[in-house]
Amino acid sequence: MIGPDEYRRLALAIRRHALHMTHSSNSSHIGSCLSAADLLAVIYNGILRVDARNPDWPNRDRFILSKGHAAAAYYAVLAECGFFSKDLLHSFCQDGSRLAGHVSRHELPGIEVSTGSLGHGLSIACGMALAGKRENRPYRVFVLLSDGECDEGSTWEAALFAPHHKLSNLVAIVDYNKIQSFGFVKEVLDLEPFADKWRAFGWGVREIDGHDVDQIYQALSDVPYETQRPTCVIAHTIKGKGVSFMENQLAWHYKSANAEELERALQELELRV
Amino acid sequence: MARDDERLFLVVGDVGYGFVEPFIREFPERYLNVGVAEQNMIGISSGLSLCGRVVFCYSICNFPTLRCVEQIRNDLCYHDSDVKIVSTGGGLGYGALGFTHHLTEDIAMMRALPNMTIIAPGDPIEAAFAARSACLTRGPFYIRLARGGDEVVHSSSVHLRIGKAVTVREGDDITLISTGGLLRNAVHAADLLKNDGISVRVLSMHTVKPIDADSILLAARETKAIVSLEEHGPIGGLSSAVAEVLAAAKERGFFLRVCVERPFLKEVGSHEYLQRVHGLTTEAIHARLGQFWSEAVTRHEQ
Repeated sequence: MIGPDEYRRLALAIRRHALHMTHSSNSSHIGSCLSAADLLAVIYNGILRVDARNPDWPNRDRFILSKGHAAAAYYAVLAECGFFSKDLLHSFCQDGSRLAGHVSRHELPGIEVSTGSLGHGLSIACGMALAGKRENRPYRVFVLLSDGECDEGSTWEAALFAPHHKLSNLVAIVDYNKIQSFGFVKEVLDLEPFADKWRAFGWGVREIDGHDVDQIYQALSDVPYETQRPTCVIAHTIKGKGVSFMENQLAWHYKSANAEELERALQELELRV
Repeated sequence: MARDDERLFLVVGDVGYGFVEPFIREFPERYLNVGVAEQNMIGISSGLSLCGRVVFCYSICNFPTLRCVEQIRNDLCYHDSDVKIVSTGGGLGYGALGFTHHLTEDIAMMRALPNMTIIAPGDPIEAAFAARSACLTRGPFYIRLARGGDEVVHSSSVHLRIGKAVTVREGDDITLISTGGLLRNAVHAADLLKNDGISVRVLSMHTVKPIDADSILLAARETKAIVSLEEHGPIGGLSSAVAEVLAAAKERGFFLRVCVERPFLKEVGSHEYLQRVHGLTTEAIHARLGQFWSEAVTRHEQ
C-alpha cells in the first residue's frame, strides 16, 4: 500500500536528483524544484491515474507543470515512476540532451505539454478539461502553477474561464513559495488576499502545507470540493525546502550547488528523513 | 465540413455575430466562445487539440495573432497542434476603423514561426479550399481572410494545392505574384497592361508559407521581371518571401514589391480610400507596373 512513507521516499529521490542535475549542468531553479518536490511526489504516486507502460492511454489523468522552470524535479519524478530511464537524468541540460532546462515534451513519454514561459499552463489545462467534459470522459486535469506566474494576465483569463464552464475536472495547484524571480512576492506584486481571489472567481479553494504529504494527499483526493466548480489548492511552501542554506533564499532561484554545497545538501536531506 | 468530420471544433474570441449562429445551433457541443481573451483562446485551443480536436480558432484583425503570438509559438507551433487560426480583415479591410484594425505585420510574424502554414485566400474559392485543406492537414495554420464579400476570380474547376501557386493569367514580360484579397486588382491590372502591350503573368500565391519557390524560379527564368503584391507592410510578408527565393536564384531579373509601404498613416477612410492612398487599386497597380516595366527595359538596354 502506497502511503506517507512512500511519498516521502519519492520526494527525497526527486530532491536528490534535482540537486545532482542542477549541479552537473550548473543550471538554475533548484529552489523552485525543492519547493515542488513533495507536491510532485504525492501527485505522481498517490493521485494521478496514469500508466507509465501506456502513457497515451486516452482516459489517463493529465498533468501540466505550468511552472516549467522546475523541469529537473519533473523529469526526476517521471523517471522514478518509470516513464523513462533514470540514466537519462544525467543528461539534463547537457549538449545533445532531450532534457531541456524548461519542460519539453518532444519524444519524452509522460509529458503532456511543453512549458517554460509562464502563464500558459492553466489555459491549456482548461482546453483539456473542456474536451473531457464535452466527451464525458472520466479523466481529470492537474496543473501546477508558480506564484510568480499569477502575475500573468493570461492566468486570470483562464481563472475566469474555468468556473464559467463548470470544469470540476480541473485542479490548479499553486506552489506558493512566496519568492518570485526578483524578490519576495509580497514586495514585487502582492497576491494577497490570494485564496479570496480564487474564491471570488468561482473556484473551490483549500489552503494546505505543501510539504505535508498527508495534507497534500487529502486535499487532492477530496476534489472537487464543490460540485460543478474547478478546484484550487494553494500549497504554502518554502523555496529551497529541505536544504537549510537554500531555504527561503532568492539566490537559489539562480545558483546551483557547487561540489561542497551538493555534499552538504545531500547529507542534510538524508538526516531529515 | 463539421458534418463530415466530428473532430472539428470552433472556438471564437467573442466575435462572429450574424454568421456563427447556424453552427452554434447545429453543433452546440463543438462550439466555444472564450470571451475577449485571446491568450487564453490559443491555450484552450491547444488543449482541445491535444485531446484530439481539429480546432478552428476565429477572431478578427490582429487579435488572434499579434495579441497572443507567444501562445501561438509555444502552445501551437512547438506542439504542432491541430489549430487553425482564422482572421478577417487581412490588410486594410477594416478601413476606417483605424490602425489597430489593420493587419500589416501579421504575415511577417506568423511566417517566422516554425511549423506554421499560412494561407491568404485571394477569392471565395481559395477561402473554401483553405478551410478544407487546413482541416485535412495536421498542424497549425493561419488563414488570413480578406474582408468578405470578395469577387470570385477563379472558375470552380480551378485546381488548388497547399504550397502551389495558381497561374491566373499567362504572360512573359512581368510576373505579378499576388496574395490575399488583392488578387482581383492584380488580374484587372494585368488585363489593362495587356492593352498597353505588356504581357503579365499573374500568380495567385495563396500559400505564403511554405512559399512556392518552384513557381517563382520558373517565373525568374521565363519572364523578365517579378512584382510581389500584397496588402501587408514592407517587411516580412510576401515580398520578403519572394525576395528570399530570388536572392538564392541564378536568374534574378528585376524585382519590385507593391505593398503597404507606410502602415501607420494618420488618415483614415474606407478600404477603397486606403487602397488609393497606398497605391493598391487596379489603376495604381496598372500605372506602377507600366512605369516599372519601362524603367526595367531602359536599364536592360543600358
